[in-house]
Amino acid sequence: MRITADREVCCSAGQCALIAPDLFDQSDEDGSVVLLEAQPDAGRLDTLREVVSRCPTGAIRIEEDPGA
Amino acid sequence: MSYPDGSPGWLITRHAEAKELLTHKSFSARQEGIISPVPTELQYDGRPADPGAFAKTDDPIHSQYRKLVTGFFTVRRTRQLAPMIERIVHEQLDDLEKAGPGADLVEVFTESVPSRVMCEMIGVPESERKTLQRHVETLGRLSCTVPEALAAVSGMSGFLSRFVPARMDDPRDDLLGDLIRGGQLNEQELMGMAATLITGAFDTTGNMLAMGVFTLLEHPDQLAKLREDPELMAGAVEELLRFLTISHLGASRWALEDVEFAGQAIKKGEVVTVALPAVNRDPERYNNPDQLDIGRTDHGHLALGHGVHQCLGQHLARTILRVGYEALFDRFPTLRLTVPGDEIPMRDDFVHYGPRSLPVTWDD
Ligand code: SF4
Repeated sequence: MRITADREVCCSAGQCALIAPDLFDQSDEDGSVVLLEAQPDAGRLDTLREVVSRCPTGAIRIEEDPGA
Repeated sequence: MSYPDGSPGWLITRHAEAKELLTHKSFSARQEGIISPVPTELQYDGRPADPGAFAKTDDPIHSQYRKLVTGFFTVRRTRQLAPMIERIVHEQLDDLEKAGPGADLVEVFTESVPSRVMCEMIGVPESERKTLQRHVETLGRLSCTVPEALAAVSGMSGFLSRFVPARMDDPRDDLLGDLIRGGQLNEQELMGMAATLITGAFDTTGNMLAMGVFTLLEHPDQLAKLREDPELMAGAVEELLRFLTISHLGASRWALEDVEFAGQAIKKGEVVTVALPAVNRDPERYNNPDQLDIGRTDHGHLALGHGVHQCLGQHLARTILRVGYEALFDRFPTLRLTVPGDEIPMRDDFVHYGPRSLPVTWDD
């Protein structure tokens, strides 16, 4: 599983850093998303789905492993 | 539905459609086209938003401005403000203790805490705070007349036109000082930005703080649970935000072009309002939506909006609410209302819902 975070689209609302502070942070300059861990283990899928649904701009995507 | 000025408009009550609308490229948040879904004396006259007042603009202008301040409102930065917030909360609680037993919690506590926090962040002198608070309150009152609004607006801009240039000559070590040193905003824009931050912070969090206390006192089982397990606080704050949705008039957008949305043909210029309280209690989205359950985990509420305009100060608000509720119930374990809940006067003619006053008492 891979996560991608698009800093251009992000509006710095920080839902990601609130829900999964171990996976996401926000930059000090403009608060845009900083990905801390691009390939978390599969056990985090539920948390990540929550992040994706709560991110107000659709900046975060998960690519699930094929066949997983 | 028909909007108060007679023009056709739309109301969204489903959670999924609300999220779709608030991220839809065909709908604008620009002040020019917004019509209030409820009658007000003040209707926008098609003027664009003031420079720097980014909440009523679209991207890319919106994000250019917003990005200059978002760094101050990240999850991490706002957590770092907790000690300052704790100090202010406790100072106000000292005042409460001195005033009672028996006091108006709105006056002594809930109204003052968020405005003091924001004033401290942008360096507004304490002596100006209450006046600014009255101006913000006036502008948030739906029955506000045109002369009253003009007086409040000129009071605000009068203050800002003294305050901002003075700070530009002598920038301090605070949010405004950083914006000034950043050099990307001119005087007008700095004033618009300061006004946006002041209006965004004052009334919203104050009402939410007051409404949350009121609600917890009226749900003693939930309050007891929270007292037993302080770990529940973060979830309780989310649940209160969902359950109360104090921005009860919702969020509005207007169509930039003819568009089909949720199976309806919406014409260019028509306004769509998201009924946020309904959306946050959508039975398709939440189990027992009308029940306050601080243990609820499936939040994803839209009380703070969605899309690029989602509340900038939301983590600051969360921190104030968490610290505020914790400290209040901790220091005043016997806190209770002095009148039955249904006798509490409500601010039902305001953009943000909350109690006008909250008469409480406690055992000495
Ligand atoms: S939740 Fe989305 S918009 Fe908010 S900071 Fe994270 S990526 Fe950006």
